[in-house]
Amino acid sequence: MSLLSPIKDHYSERRLFVSRVLLSIVVGTLLLGVVVARLVQLQIIEYEHFAEQAQGNRLRIQAIPPTRGLIFDRNGRVLAENVPTYQLELIPEQVPDIDDTLRRLDELGLIDEEDIPRIKQASREGPRFKPVTLRFRLQEEEIANFAIRRPRFPGVDFQPRLVRHYPHGEYTAHAVGYVGAISVEDLKRLDEAAYAGTVHTGKTGAELANEDSLHGDPGYRQIVTNARGREVAVDTRDPSNAIPEGELPVPGLNVYLSIDLDLQVVATDLLRGKRGSVVAIDPNNGEVLALVSSPSFDPNVFPLGMTRTEFNALQFNLDQPLFNRAVRGTYPPGSTIKPMLSLAALETGATNLTRRTLCRGFYTLPGSTHRYRDWRPEGHGEVDLHDAIAESCDVYFYEISRDIGIEAMHDYLTRFGLGSTSGIDISGEMHGLVPSREWKRQAFRERADQVWFPGETVIASIGQGYMLATPLQLANSTATLAMRGHRFRPRLAVAIEEPVSGERRLLPPHALPDVGIENEFYWESVLGAMHDVLQGETGTARATGRGAPYTMAGKSGTAQVFSVAQEAEYEEEEVEERLRDHALFIAFAPVEEPKIAVAVVIENGSSGSRIAAPIARAIMDKYLGY
Amino acid sequence: MRFTDTQRLLERNVAPLGGMSRIFRNLHLDGPLLGGLIAICCFGLVVLYSAVSGSRDLWVQQLIRLGVGLLALLFVAQLPPDLMRRWTPWGYLLGLGLLSLVLIRGDIGQGAQRWLDIGIRFQPSEIMKLAVPMMAAWYLHDRQLPPRFAQLLLIGALIVVPAYMIAVQPDLGTALLIAAAGVIVVVLAGMSYRLMIGLAIAAIPGAIVLWNFMQDYQRQRVLTLLDPDSDPLGAGYNIIQSKIAIGSGGLFGKGWTNGSQSQLEFLPERDTDFIFAVLAEEFGLLGVLSLLILYMFVVARGMYIASQAGDTFSRLIAGSISLTFFVYVFVNTAMVSGLVPVVGVPLPLVSFGGTSMVTLMAGFGILMSIHSHRKLLPH
Repeated sequence: MSLLSPIKDHYSERRLFVSRVLLSIVVGTLLLGVVVARLVQLQIIEYEHFAEQAQGNRLRIQAIPPTRGLIFDRNGRVLAENVPTYQLELIPEQVPDIDDTLRRLDELGLIDEEDIPRIKQASREGPRFKPVTLRFRLQEEEIANFAIRRPRFPGVDFQPRLVRHYPHGEYTAHAVGYVGAISVEDLKRLDEAAYAGTVHTGKTGAELANEDSLHGDPGYRQIVTNARGREVAVDTRDPSNAIPEGELPVPGLNVYLSIDLDLQVVATDLLRGKRGSVVAIDPNNGEVLALVSSPSFDPNVFPLGMTRTEFNALQFNLDQPLFNRAVRGTYPPGSTIKPMLSLAALETGATNLTRRTLCRGFYTLPGSTHRYRDWRPEGHGEVDLHDAIAESCDVYFYEISRDIGIEAMHDYLTRFGLGSTSGIDISGEMHGLVPSREWKRQAFRERADQVWFPGETVIASIGQGYMLATPLQLANSTATLAMRGHRFRPRLAVAIEEPVSGERRLLPPHALPDVGIENEFYWESVLGAMHDVLQGETGTARATGRGAPYTMAGKSGTAQVFSVAQEAEYEEEEVEERLRDHALFIAFAPVEEPKIAVAVVIENGSSGSRIAAPIARAIMDKYLGY
Repeated sequence: MRFTDTQRLLERNVAPLGGMSRIFRNLHLDGPLLGGLIAICCFGLVVLYSAVSGSRDLWVQQLIRLGVGLLALLFVAQLPPDLMRRWTPWGYLLGLGLLSLVLIRGDIGQGAQRWLDIGIRFQPSEIMKLAVPMMAAWYLHDRQLPPRFAQLLLIGALIVVPAYMIAVQPDLGTALLIAAAGVIVVVLAGMSYRLMIGLAIAAIPGAIVLWNFMQDYQRQRVLTLLDPDSDPLGAGYNIIQSKIAIGSGGLFGKGWTNGSQSQLEFLPERDTDFIFAVLAEEFGLLGVLSLLILYMFVVARGMYIASQAGDTFSRLIAGSISLTFFVYVFVNTAMVSGLVPVVGVPLPLVSFGGTSMVTLMAGFGILMSIHSHRKLLPH
């Protein structure tokens, strides 16, 4: 220390220090005051607000999903039910070594090797206490097999749960549909709050269409959870821990379908090995008695979930088992539209019952050499309207087509329900197509293509060309024929039942505007001709109608899949199977008092009368009790 | 003053004091300060028991740390202030050296580097919590106060260098607290008000520089403080949950171990930086005020000791330690109740934590040493 440095003045230094201490006391008091004021604000003034928030933090609402309603056929037989199954679950936080555990489970055959990456991912990503499903449905012996080894698998256990089950599997797959895991797409449509605890939702068929009835209302219970959502035990004897009451779920309503299971089984078996569809309708009310699309699939794989391989096998199958041909398959209706066209022709005066035409096996438009062939190359000879329907003479219709005109054709076929969706309670229905000049103008971009050619009217008269219809539309228009023009919207759901009280509410049939052809005589004539298709001496399907104990009426149709070149001979055997004509048949019975109308479409079945007609007959026999 | 009185004053060491007082005096301890500290520690242990959800291991660990801290206090209290003053530059240099070591190690490893492993894990920044204010007090000890501007610049450098080294670890919270401890020494030494106001104005561009110097997460903390609801699940989550915990505690609290925010894990870091919210939730405003009163008693006793100190070094260091302790309490409570950004400052003596507990206790040991070794100087 330098001697020149000033001598410290302890007294003034101390005074300075004391003044600084006072300063710090002032500043400190201010700061402390701010903190205390803040605490008073939070704990006294805003206490209510924060107390509520803390309570909201603590209590979590846990949804209890409702039990899904059952689906029955018209006779009360179960088509969709909920069965208890055991699923294998793993709780990640309780498993010491996931890799080793999964490997050993795989060795026991309890899990699929394909699923291992999915399981590992799920157990890494979710909360550690949330169970991950390893396998959905365990067989009895698998449960037994696992039960004896359970001590060696900490954190793995089987849990009971209700799973949708379709006891008749593939027989009802396209009508009843199926449920599957709720997807992102589904969530756009569904009320998320109502589905909070629900795993599955209707994906197709009646399961989808009646989702609102079947699902029910979820209940809830309030649980105390920690910040990560894990439920924690609390001492409920302490009133400050009281948990508000929850609410029990309301089970979904049972739905009765118009489907007749026996008929459905018969129809499915008749279509086995074929691609095609059968739709049977009660003409008196539009109730769908059978709705079959072949090949079918086992809908039980959807609620249980399947591996990608299994799904691809269904999805990319060339025969498209998942494709509901009954409502989504569109086919040229072929000659099956002839009865309807006949009525249109009579009503518009384009023909009369006595007009006769010489059929030489082909037809040419005036001033053209193009030959429109009849299906019978040698021709039908001289035919009237009755013969033209019974024997399915194409030339007769070619001739009258010009007198009816495409606009009237479009008008009347539309009145029978072709060209627009029927409104059945199955989603994804196609509307088919009944062409018109207007339609063609809209459908084509090139000006040259927008013109309607006279030849197009000619082929439209036998249900070829642009015209397309679904099996359901064909069945429903047949029902309309059977009812002499009275129409109903086809439907599957006929009654809704409250499962607890058993109270049943019938859903009334929905009548549609009549076709508008008043002349009884026209109807009797056309239906009579349809009767003779099956039960007349020259009918195209007389072999099918022979020996029936009841009256029936029908019409065959054979629809070209591709155009046969002019002059080329049509050699069935040479045409590859998938290029063969589609076989169609529409029918109803009994003629006087119709009880069933049916449409049969067999893809590449070659001949409506030979292949499709016997199927229609068998279905009518079954339904009418013969 | 009569002779006998003076005689008695000078003979105070052997005066017939009460038994307890004699033990304290012989151990160089200050009864009121020790009582206040132990009361805070006991209160803290009660709250911590609830905050660690009855985990006996953690609680016992904290108890052991408190014991080690008290031993450190006892040891430091035996060292005469003069000795400490003479050692101060060496302690400061040792701290700087260790900080450099951390920085070099941090360059080799990646990310935050605050620890040195020398048998036990240890943060060199803890040394600096005491070494920086002691160095400033050492420098001012035999200079005439108030300090001149040039002297202040030198002290500024003594403060800024270690603070910068800690800030780049990065541990901005500790860096700011260490700087504050140093600045407090200067303020107590009598830095002119004019200069203080000038520095406060200069702090505005300084804040801008600091903003640019901050890591993204630190900026986020500041922004989140201004509007916690802007990011309720991210950075704002801690503040929101902590405010709910404090507010829902009300006047009387939800009862010990009954805080839903704390017990159900909504409250983050509830045993360390946010333990104040546990206290507020379970013991209410009354509990909080009780703890604050204990803290203020300790600070007040510290300031009293400082004002009684016989020399400049002792006076400044005692004042700095007491006021820094106040700053800790203020920053932690203000941060937990959402008044200042979350800077990672524990609630002294209550939060679960290691070396900081020992440092704090050692600081109070210095206070006790100052009080018990003081010479009676005539005014």
